[in-house]
Amino acid sequence: MSSDRRRFLRNALTIAGVGLLAGCDRLSQTEWVPDVLGKAETLSHAVQRALTRNALAREYNEADISPVFRANGSTNPQTPEYLSLAKNDFRDYRLTVGGLVAHPLSFSLEQLRALPPRTQITRHDCVEGWSVIGKWKGVQLSRVLELAKPRGNARYVVFRCFDRMDDGGLDGGTPYYESIGFDDAYHPQTLLAYELNGKPLPIENGAPLRARIERQLGYKQAKYISAVELVASLDDIGDGNGGYWEDQGYEWYAGI
Amino acid sequence: MADETATMDDAQGGIRPPPRASDRVRVIYRHRLPVRIMHWINAICLLVLLGSGLQIFNAHPALYWGQKSTFDKPLLAMGARRDAHEQWRGVTTVGSHTFDTTGVFGISDTGGRQMMRGFPSWMTIPGPQWLSMGRRWHFFFAWLFVINGFCFAAYALTGKHFRKDLLPTKTDWHGIGRSIVDHALLRHPKGEAAARYNVLQKLTYLIVIFGFGPLIVLMGLAMSPRMDSVLGWLVDLVGGRQSARTIHFILAWAFVAFFIIHIFEVLVSGAGNELRSIVTGRFAIHEENNDEQ
Repeated sequence: MSSDRRRFLRNALTIAGVGLLAGCDRLSQTEWVPDVLGKAETLSHAVQRALTRNALAREYNEADISPVFRANGSTNPQTPEYLSLAKNDFRDYRLTVGGLVAHPLSFSLEQLRALPPRTQITRHDCVEGWSVIGKWKGVQLSRVLELAKPRGNARYVVFRCFDRMDDGGLDGGTPYYESIGFDDAYHPQTLLAYELNGKPLPIENGAPLRARIERQLGYKQAKYISAVELVASLDDIGDGNGGYWEDQGYEWYAGI
Repeated sequence: MADETATMDDAQGGIRPPPRASDRVRVIYRHRLPVRIMHWINAICLLVLLGSGLQIFNAHPALYWGQKSTFDKPLLAMGARRDAHEQWRGVTTVGSHTFDTTGVFGISDTGGRQMMRGFPSWMTIPGPQWLSMGRRWHFFFAWLFVINGFCFAAYALTGKHFRKDLLPTKTDWHGIGRSIVDHALLRHPKGEAAARYNVLQKLTYLIVIFGFGPLIVLMGLAMSPRMDSVLGWLVDLVGGRQSARTIHFILAWAFVAFFIIHIFEVLVSGAGNELRSIVTGRFAIHEENNDEQ
């Protein structure tokens, strides 16, 4: 092969490679390409649900627990409501369970602790790629839901949180929230957790109450939960994508 | 491949220098249409998966071994620190060794600004730090890669492609030493032998297609917290979820290594002819006709 042709081929490959990368950047800025790419989420969810059904997340031993349970996202909420609850060691805290339920409920931490607890040592996988292992104690969400009795048209469980994510606005930021479907809500390892590694949940890890949805990524594990709300649709909450990070473009199904 | 559907003089001028009078050029139909289509889908998938994968890696540019992240003892980490002159330096740590990688890993130029990031923006999809978008590209093209892979496996195994073209023959195995020497000396098969894959080529394709391919997908699935509820055995087999992530990363670079060698072999064995054969299927064979003189 002539050196001309070799140079041509090398240039063509470089242009193709650089062009592909630049093209992907431009396509990412359109509305339709991210939408089309996002269809993979539906496929992943459907296939993974069919393959795993109600299988339990792996549980570990005491020896596997991470020395420090790394905290991410909000680690110290500053809303007046939260600060006043924290000052009093969350003695005045109430979890409300409402929305599409037959019996709207309200629990103190003491009342939640009085319900049969579950303890599990599980792995927490952050969407960034790292993993830590911790021991959680809490009440199964299914028990709380059984007491509240969801109505027939309820399809999602929404977690309302005390923390606000800084978005540069003057209103103190956007409230954090998350949501899950009923398959995860009734999964035996889905907890409203009040203890981490044998101690009351530290503030940086979500005191006084956080969600554990063990087969999904970290951003689904809502911290600083103030209310559990049952809804028929996620459209009218936040930007309508089912969670704070979902509204920033992350997948609602965070099982991968 | 190697189906002689056409034997003709080389009508495509400019493919190679005009043959000597004593040579005969035969054009054969080397790659069938399904193989060509799947080859190019696969090539696009691998490029997008690499770029978006490095974007995802950049969200936490460190690798570990085991079930969990040992933040103080990474296998590999890319970061930044200030030097004695208060200048930011990109630093890459591999085990206990530290390298200054300013400009490439740890600190690099993004849109005219020096940014703290693992891999530089020209290697990632999208270019700027944008994890959620990287994940969208990655999982979409991961599905395409898997579906395309299954289609290829079904095509190759039910048809003749696997047995006839990819599986080394007894003669191939006997000639492996010679093939290694030929490759080292950049000597390429001529005549009839050029119509078939050589033994090292067959073995490489088999390892990459039926080894690296399924393995990198499995290591990706082993990172999924949902799949881990049924793939616990696999996660434990490789040492844990963080090990799976590390292996996934290494396999991605194994694909890059394959790609570089693949392109190199295409260049040295006749780029125009090779490229034409994977686009149109037609491949020219240059035969030396000593016996007809």
